[in-house]
Amino acid sequence: MSGLFLYPALLACLAAGALWLGFLLAQREWLCRAGVWVMGLSLVLLTLELAAVLFRAGRLPGANLGEALLLFAWALVAAFLFFYWRYPIKVLGALAAPLAAVAVSGSLILPSQTGTASPLLESFWLSIHIVLAVLGNAALTLAGLGSILYLIQERQLKGKRFGFFYHRLPSLEQLDALNYRCLTLGFPLLTGGIISGSLYAQYTLGRLWSWDPKEVLTLAAWLVYAVLLHERLAVGWRGRRAALLTLSGLVLLVVTFIGAHLWAAGYHSFSSFAQP
Amino acid sequence: MNLVLVGVNHKTAAVDLREKLVSLFPEPQAVYRRFLEAPEVQEAVYYLTCNRVEVLVATESPEPAVSCCQAWFAAHPEVPPERLRESLYVRRDREAVRHLFRVAASLDALVVGEPQILGQVKEAYRQAARCRATGPILNRLLHKTFSVAKRVRRETGIGDHAVSVSYAAVMLGRKIFGDLAGKTALLVGAGEMAELAVEHLKGQGVARLIVANRTLERAVTLARRFGGEAVSLEELEAQLLAPDIIISSTGAGDYLLTAEQVRAAMRRRKHRPLFLIDIAVPRDLDPRINDLDNVFLYNIDDLKEVVEQNRERRRAEAARAEGLVAEETAKFIDWLQTLAVYPTIISLREKAGRICEAELKKTWPHLGPLTPEQEQSLKILTQSVTQKLLHDPIIFLKRNHRRKRPHQELDLVRRLFNLDPDRQDEPGRQG
Repeated sequence: MSGLFLYPALLACLAAGALWLGFLLAQREWLCRAGVWVMGLSLVLLTLELAAVLFRAGRLPGANLGEALLLFAWALVAAFLFFYWRYPIKVLGALAAPLAAVAVSGSLILPSQTGTASPLLESFWLSIHIVLAVLGNAALTLAGLGSILYLIQERQLKGKRFGFFYHRLPSLEQLDALNYRCLTLGFPLLTGGIISGSLYAQYTLGRLWSWDPKEVLTLAAWLVYAVLLHERLAVGWRGRRAALLTLSGLVLLVVTFIGAHLWAAGYHSFSSFAQP
Repeated sequence: MNLVLVGVNHKTAAVDLREKLVSLFPEPQAVYRRFLEAPEVQEAVYYLTCNRVEVLVATESPEPAVSCCQAWFAAHPEVPPERLRESLYVRRDREAVRHLFRVAASLDALVVGEPQILGQVKEAYRQAARCRATGPILNRLLHKTFSVAKRVRRETGIGDHAVSVSYAAVMLGRKIFGDLAGKTALLVGAGEMAELAVEHLKGQGVARLIVANRTLERAVTLARRFGGEAVSLEELEAQLLAPDIIISSTGAGDYLLTAEQVRAAMRRRKHRPLFLIDIAVPRDLDPRINDLDNVFLYNIDDLKEVVEQNRERRRAEAARAEGLVAEETAKFIDWLQTLAVYPTIISLREKAGRICEAELKKTWPHLGPLTPEQEQSLKILTQSVTQKLLHDPIIFLKRNHRRKRPHQELDLVRRLFNLDPDRQDEPGRQG
C-alpha cells in the first residue's frame, strides 16, 4: 500500500525536470509552461501520498529518513511553486525539479519503517515543529539553488565569458532578489521550527535544549542565516558574498538533515524514533 | 499573377554603381507613374537603401515585365551594359517572395540582424501605396513581409545580440540590473561612443543622468544636450554614491578612479551594484576595480569581444530564421496560386445568376398574379438550387489549386461549364 502515489510523483518530478532542462537548452516558452503544470501535478501527488501516510499511521511522516525526504520533497515543490508564482525565475526549475526527484527517489529506496513509531511523534506540537522546520529548509534550499545560479552568472560577467549560461540565466539583480526573498521567508520558518521544538522538548523532556548533534548543527546554520540577514539589512551585503553565505548555511542544513540520521546518538536521530 | 523582382545589392554591385542606379529613381510620384504606364506592370514597389536598389512588380506577363525593369536600370548613361548585366539579378515568384522576406528580416543585410532595413522597406511601401502603385497582391505581400520580419525577430535571437559596442554595454547592464528603468548614469567625458551609449540608456528608461567634465562649463553644455545634471571632475569621487552605471571616456592618461576609491564608495553605497564602462584609450579606470564584489568593469576591448561573439551568435540564429522564411514563402505562394481560381469561380457564379434570371423571366407569365412574398421565395428557390449545384465544383477548385497541374484542371472546369464561349478549341470538336 505504501507509496501508491510515490511512483507517479517521481515520474512527475522527473518529467518536470526534463521539461525545464529542455527549456534551459532550447529556450522554448511552452516547455517552461508545461514544466509548471507537471510540477503542480507532482505537488498534488505528493500531497495525496502525505495524506495516505497520515491516514494510515495517524501521524505526519517523518519517522525515518525516507519519510522525512518525502516531506521535504513536498515542501520543496510547494515552495518552488509559491516563489515561481510570485517571482518567476524560470531556470530555477531546472535545479529544483531534479532535486525534488532525488528526494522522492530517496524516499522510495530507503527502507520504510520497521516496528511502530514512538508515540511522541503523534503529538500535534511535534507536527508543527516538523512542518515549520521542513518548510524553512525548503525555502532555504531554494535560496541556495538561486545562489548557485547567481555565482554562475556573476562568474560569467566578471570573467567576461559569455557562454551558454550568460544568455540563459536571469540578471544578477533578479537572482539576488530571489536569495533575499527566500531568506526572509525561510529564516522565520526555521526559527519557528527551532522554537516550537524547544517548547515541545521543555514540555515533554523537561529541558529546552539538549545539545543533540542535530540541534547544534541547526543552531550553527541558523546563526549563519541570522548573520546574513542582519548584514543584508544593516550593511547592504548582497551579491557574491550573500550567495556564498547562503550556500554555506545550506551545506550545514544538508549535513544536519542527512547526518543526524547517521549519528545514532542524539534523540533527533531517526533510529531512536522506532520502537522495537 | 506573377511576381518579378529586379535589382542590385551590396554583394553584386559596388557602391559607385549603386549610387548611379539610385539616381534613376528621383521622385516616387513620377517613377510609379511611368512604371504603371507599362501595360505589363499591374503593381509595383521599389526600395532604395544604402545597400540595395530593388524593384518588385506584380504582373500577368512576367517576361515583358522583366525586360521593362531591366530597361529601367539600363537607362543610366554612365553605366556600361556589361557591368549592369553582371550586377543585376532577377528573381521570379517564389524566389522573389523569399528574397523580399529575407531583405525585410535583415538576413540579406551587410550586418545580419540590423533592424533599420525593415523601417526602410515600410517607408518605401507607404510611398508606393500613396502613389497607388500597389494593389491586392503587393499589399498582401508587403504586409506579410512585415509580419514575417517581426516573427523572425520574435522567434529567433537574430536581433538579441548587440553588435555595436554601445548597445553591447547596455545589454550587459541589463544582465546586471535586470531593468534599467529608474537607474542613474554618470557620464565622464564625452565622445561619439559615449553619446550613443547615453542614447541607448535613455531608450531603456534610465531616469537620471549626471555629466562630469574637466571643466564645468563643458559639463554644463553636455548636460544640457543630454538633459542631465553637470558636475566637475573634481567631484567625481563624491559623486560615486548616486550612479548605477558609469561611462568613462576621457582618455586622460592616468586613472580617474582607483580600486581603493571604489572600494570605499561601495561601502557607503551599501554595496549597491555598480557597472563601469571604460571606453577610453588609455584607460580611465583602474582594472583592479573589477575584482571588487558587486562591481563590474568593462573596457573597450572587453566590449569589442562581446560584439564579436554576438556576431557569431547572429550567424547561428540566421540559419533558424531562414527556415522560418522558407515556411512563410511557401504559404504566400499557396495563396498566390489560389488567386488563379477566383476569376473562374466568379464566372461560374455569374453564369448561374444569368441563367436564374433568364429562366425566371420566362416563367413569370405562366404563373399568373403572385404576391411579393411568393415572388421572393421563387427567386430564392432558383438561387439555392444553383448555389447547391455549384458548391462542389467551387470546393473542388479551391481545394485542388495545389495539385501538380492546376492549369489543366482549371481549364477543364472552364470547358465543362463553357465559361469561355468564344474559344476556338470548342468542345463541339471533342464531343
